[in-house]
Amino acid sequence: MKFLHLIWSNLRRKKLRTSLTLLSVVVAFILFGFLAAIQEALVGGVALAGADRLIVREKVSIINLLPVSYEARIDRIPGVDFSTHQTWFGGIYQDPKNFFMQNPVEPEKFLKIHPELILPPDEEKTWLATRTGAIVGRRTAERFGWKIGDRIPIRSTIWSQADGNRTWTFDIVGIYDGKDKGTDTTPLFFRYDYFDEARQQGKGEVGWYTIRVKDPSQAAEVAERVDAEFENSPAETKTEPEGAFIQGWAAQLGNIVFIVAAILSAVFFTILLVTGNTMAQAVRERTGELGVLKAIGFTNTQVLALVLGEACLLTVVGGVAGLGLARAITPVVAEQLAGLLPLFFMPARALLIGFSLSVVLGLVTGIFPALMAMRLRVADALRRM
Amino acid sequence: MSESKSNNGALVHVERVQKVFHRGSEDIRVLAELDLQVPAGEFLALMGPSGSGKTTLLNLIGGLDRPTNGTVTVGGERLDQLSDRALAAWRARHIGFVFQLYNLMPVLTAERNVELPLLLTHLSKAERQKHVETALAVVGLSHRAKHFPRTLSGGEQQRVGIARGIVTDPTLLLCDEPTGDLDRKAGDEILNLLQSLNREHGKTIIMVTHDPHASARAARTLHLDKGQLSNGEVK
Repeated sequence: MKFLHLIWSNLRRKKLRTSLTLLSVVVAFILFGFLAAIQEALVGGVALAGADRLIVREKVSIINLLPVSYEARIDRIPGVDFSTHQTWFGGIYQDPKNFFMQNPVEPEKFLKIHPELILPPDEEKTWLATRTGAIVGRRTAERFGWKIGDRIPIRSTIWSQADGNRTWTFDIVGIYDGKDKGTDTTPLFFRYDYFDEARQQGKGEVGWYTIRVKDPSQAAEVAERVDAEFENSPAETKTEPEGAFIQGWAAQLGNIVFIVAAILSAVFFTILLVTGNTMAQAVRERTGELGVLKAIGFTNTQVLALVLGEACLLTVVGGVAGLGLARAITPVVAEQLAGLLPLFFMPARALLIGFSLSVVLGLVTGIFPALMAMRLRVADALRRM
Repeated sequence: MSESKSNNGALVHVERVQKVFHRGSEDIRVLAELDLQVPAGEFLALMGPSGSGKTTLLNLIGGLDRPTNGTVTVGGERLDQLSDRALAAWRARHIGFVFQLYNLMPVLTAERNVELPLLLTHLSKAERQKHVETALAVVGLSHRAKHFPRTLSGGEQQRVGIARGIVTDPTLLLCDEPTGDLDRKAGDEILNLLQSLNREHGKTIIMVTHDPHASARAARTLHLDKGQLSNGEVK
């Protein structure tokens, strides 16, 4: 710690250069934070996906529907505890930018298969008794100021009612919370029986099934059995774990992990060059001073540590500031993206990874200038004063 | 560094030292079979023209460089036998350097510059501060402790350099042209200070200079030319 003052003073030597380098590191880590949040939003659900849940969709595309009659057949397959279904409603509330998910579901089975959604028992009871009832996640309820008892009109981009009207009205009977921070509490769920009876087209068809298996270790076998059951039928199926399903959903946008990794690699490689150059310049400029330090007794290792410490201090200060700013800004951005990316937040592990990255960045950018400083011969260095 | 370990009572014992620099295919012999003994408590001036090897000899005595041949023994310690690490630790304990261009850290205040050698000791912050204050008081710069080098005159900067050189209470003070960058008045003040450190504090001082006015303050002057020493007059 007694050398910290010396390290800090050296960084303040060229204030403009240090500030600009620091700024570039800060910006890089803000970007890191945002990309971590985007990645979390797109594939974070994979980690939270139920290990005991399988998703059954039409083999060719998720947009093709499956007969509702499959439910009974799925329930009979060995290893299946029970199944239920959902259908993409694609509704708009007031304005297309107010996007959030709404799906018709079978209330009892839906809540049973999704224990991560916490709905008070009295609200569940009301939902079961209200044909036009819907439950909505806390986040969307707060976003639009909805409360229990409100009647909400939502215009579907897909489904018309029997009279051709695409605007559906739902009674908010419950507001659910998530068990974990990562649980998506933006969707609205309403009753399938109301939906199926009122819709003009597609009666008796559903979007996909969710299966709860009796033994998660047998999930792969169960998935094979389900697909075998519907092989050579007009609507063949593709069954996969919920995590893989979420991943496949996100993959429609491309390989998110790869894209994020590629962007970050480019950014950090640039930062590596910028910071490395700053440090190399800093060492070259004070060759003589490093010689003086060695003359008065600093060992080569101590000089190496001083330069490395300087590089690390620069990247860690920049990294912590960038991560802190990203952490502070993401909730604001998340509000704007609530419907599109409901799980947009910076997970704690991103902070940890970011901090480690800042230390590694400091070590990598500092090592060559530090070695240069370490190898300086005292007499030569003093001659350059 | 005990005197008992020294050779023939001399603090510094340089024996048959050669120093050859290689520049491309050319060998430049700077010091040739040079012998020198400096007793403890002496104020020695080394004079000679540019390129005569004065600074090279000073660097060898201070453990900043190694001889091509021969031995350098200071306080009984054979410097050529020490590893780089051990040599650095030895310098920290026993040598104080004063440079022509002061060589202060521009980003540190006077007191923090003086503190630098103490960072290598196990002294607490309070103890370090006490030593710094004492050293600055010796050189008469207590009132400029919080000033940065750029706000000090050349003479004041050199006094800070001397305070840094003596703050660890080294056995040997090596001064390389300490007045070379100063006007006569400031130079005289620095020479007075060095003389007082030698006479009142018993510091052994070896000073490289090409200024006869400066060398006149030393107890003994040696002339270095073409890598060989010749005796001057002992006052």
